[in-house]
Amino acid sequence: MSATGGSGGAVAVTTRPNGVIIDTLLVFRRAMRLSLRNPVWVIIGLIQPVLYLGLFGPLLRKLPLSTSGHAGDNWRIFVPGLMVQLGIFGSSFVGFGLIAEYRAGVIERMRVSPASRTALLLGRVLRDVVVLVVQATILVVVAIPFGLRVSAGHAVAAVVMVAVLGASFSSLSYSAALRLKSEDALAPLLNGIAVPLLLLSGILLPMTLAPGWLRALSDANPIKHVVDGLRALFIAGGSGSTMLWGVGIALALVGLGLLLGARTFRRESS
Amino acid sequence: MITARGLARSYKTRRGLVEAVAGVDLDVSAGEIVGFLGPNGAGKTTTLRMLTTLLEPTAGRATVAGCDLRADPVGVRQHIGYVAQGGSTLPEARAGEEVVDQARLYGIPSAVASARRDKLFDRLQLEGLATRTCGSLSGGQRRRLDIVMGLVHDPVLLFLDEPTTGLDPQSRANLWEHVRSLRENGTTVFLTTHYLEEADALCDRILIIDQGRIVAGGTAEELKRQVSGDRITLGLADAVQVSEAASVAAGVDGATDVSVGAATVGVQVPSSAIGLAALLRELDLRGIGLDTVEVRRPTLDDVFLALTGRTLRDEAS
Repeated sequence: MSATGGSGGAVAVTTRPNGVIIDTLLVFRRAMRLSLRNPVWVIIGLIQPVLYLGLFGPLLRKLPLSTSGHAGDNWRIFVPGLMVQLGIFGSSFVGFGLIAEYRAGVIERMRVSPASRTALLLGRVLRDVVVLVVQATILVVVAIPFGLRVSAGHAVAAVVMVAVLGASFSSLSYSAALRLKSEDALAPLLNGIAVPLLLLSGILLPMTLAPGWLRALSDANPIKHVVDGLRALFIAGGSGSTMLWGVGIALALVGLGLLLGARTFRRESS
Repeated sequence: MITARGLARSYKTRRGLVEAVAGVDLDVSAGEIVGFLGPNGAGKTTTLRMLTTLLEPTAGRATVAGCDLRADPVGVRQHIGYVAQGGSTLPEARAGEEVVDQARLYGIPSAVASARRDKLFDRLQLEGLATRTCGSLSGGQRRRLDIVMGLVHDPVLLFLDEPTTGLDPQSRANLWEHVRSLRENGTTVFLTTHYLEEADALCDRILIIDQGRIVAGGTAEELKRQVSGDRITLGLADAVQVSEAASVAAGVDGATDVSVGAATVGVQVPSSAIGLAALLRELDLRGIGLDTVEVRRPTLDDVFLALTGRTLRDEAS
């Protein structure tokens, strides 16, 4: 006797797939709720940008970072750099949370549901982006009393650009986490990538100070162009090829990150 | 409910091709509780992961809950529940929210999901624990929560991977009750275990898997009978009658493996229900008195030993 579950009435369809958008929102909601329920994490996340401004910003006052001599220009160089740092470092380490979820069986139980597997990634990335947007906004707003001058429109554009960059790094982090499945393997990988990227991006000091070989290395670093683009947005007010390059590279990075991430989540045994 | 033919999974490793599952045929009818029994590494979990669409078979085909495994994996996922060996909930998440979130992924509206959560928490004795974090639950509660997670969309077929591993005996017995009650609700259950007593106590039918192949299948009774029969050991009142008793024992229909001790006689018979009556009658006729009669029915451990040459317990640390 073949027992294939019978036809018709025996197997009632009680469920239907949601589609990728609703699934993404469901995964996002769960992730966001878990993040918000950890007050220590929320407070640290909010204070961090303020700490950078308060404890590192005062060093800027006497640094001749810009050639124009405007007092506010140092902030226009420093704040975009901080935003990118926030975007990269905040987002790069989200993979650790995913490994914890994997170990608890959360990923597998979601994968055995009809939910879109891409949504399992997108929902989490969306949570990271929302967190990052809040942090970056706080950073910009708090920088204003310190002496930053920027128009609201440009500030919003800058936050969006950092959000795009952050989405790319959190996708890549999830992808690496799901392939490695081990904190001990993920930590050195992330540090090994994020630290050189930051050092070579001119976030801490402008690369105009660099010797030729270092500048050449830095030119090969996509993050450097994103930082330059952001700074162009703050200083020149959203025009020019430097800014467009920054936007283009940020978009390319997010495309790459989401593609790789989605492939990893769709892979079996992930 | 499940039909699988030649389902196989092999991995490429540096040392060559490893066959984790080497062609499994199985049929499970609606309403059955079927147990997959075998030592660790026998291929139980791999087979389960294939049947639940988590792992793509390298060969073979299967229909699960009316949907083709390869052509319609989403259809399979809609109709089955899967309770993995390692749990399903995040320690810091709240139990009730994990359940509702999982239900929503199946396209179940929020209000219906909450109602199902309440009903299942009641049914699996988790009342009042919905707002607790999963990490604060006891091992048995957490396992029952996993089962709630697997049942939240009312699947017709539930897969349980080693459902009671790591539980204390009391929680285990309690969980068995819950698994049995699933059948009363019309759910078909397919579970893996490396506990003989679990397969024996819980399953209508048992499939024994070893080294990636199903080596035997049937009810616990059938399996035990098929392999060794029952062993009857007689303790004689008078040791002088040992040899006469031994010849009586050897005369029972189908008797084998007669052993003789100082005042005991052992004999293997196909079924003690028939063999014992005949034996006692004959002994009585000849006036051979008995102090003790012991019947040992074979366990699934004996079955496994006979089929594979190894005991299950050695491997199931």
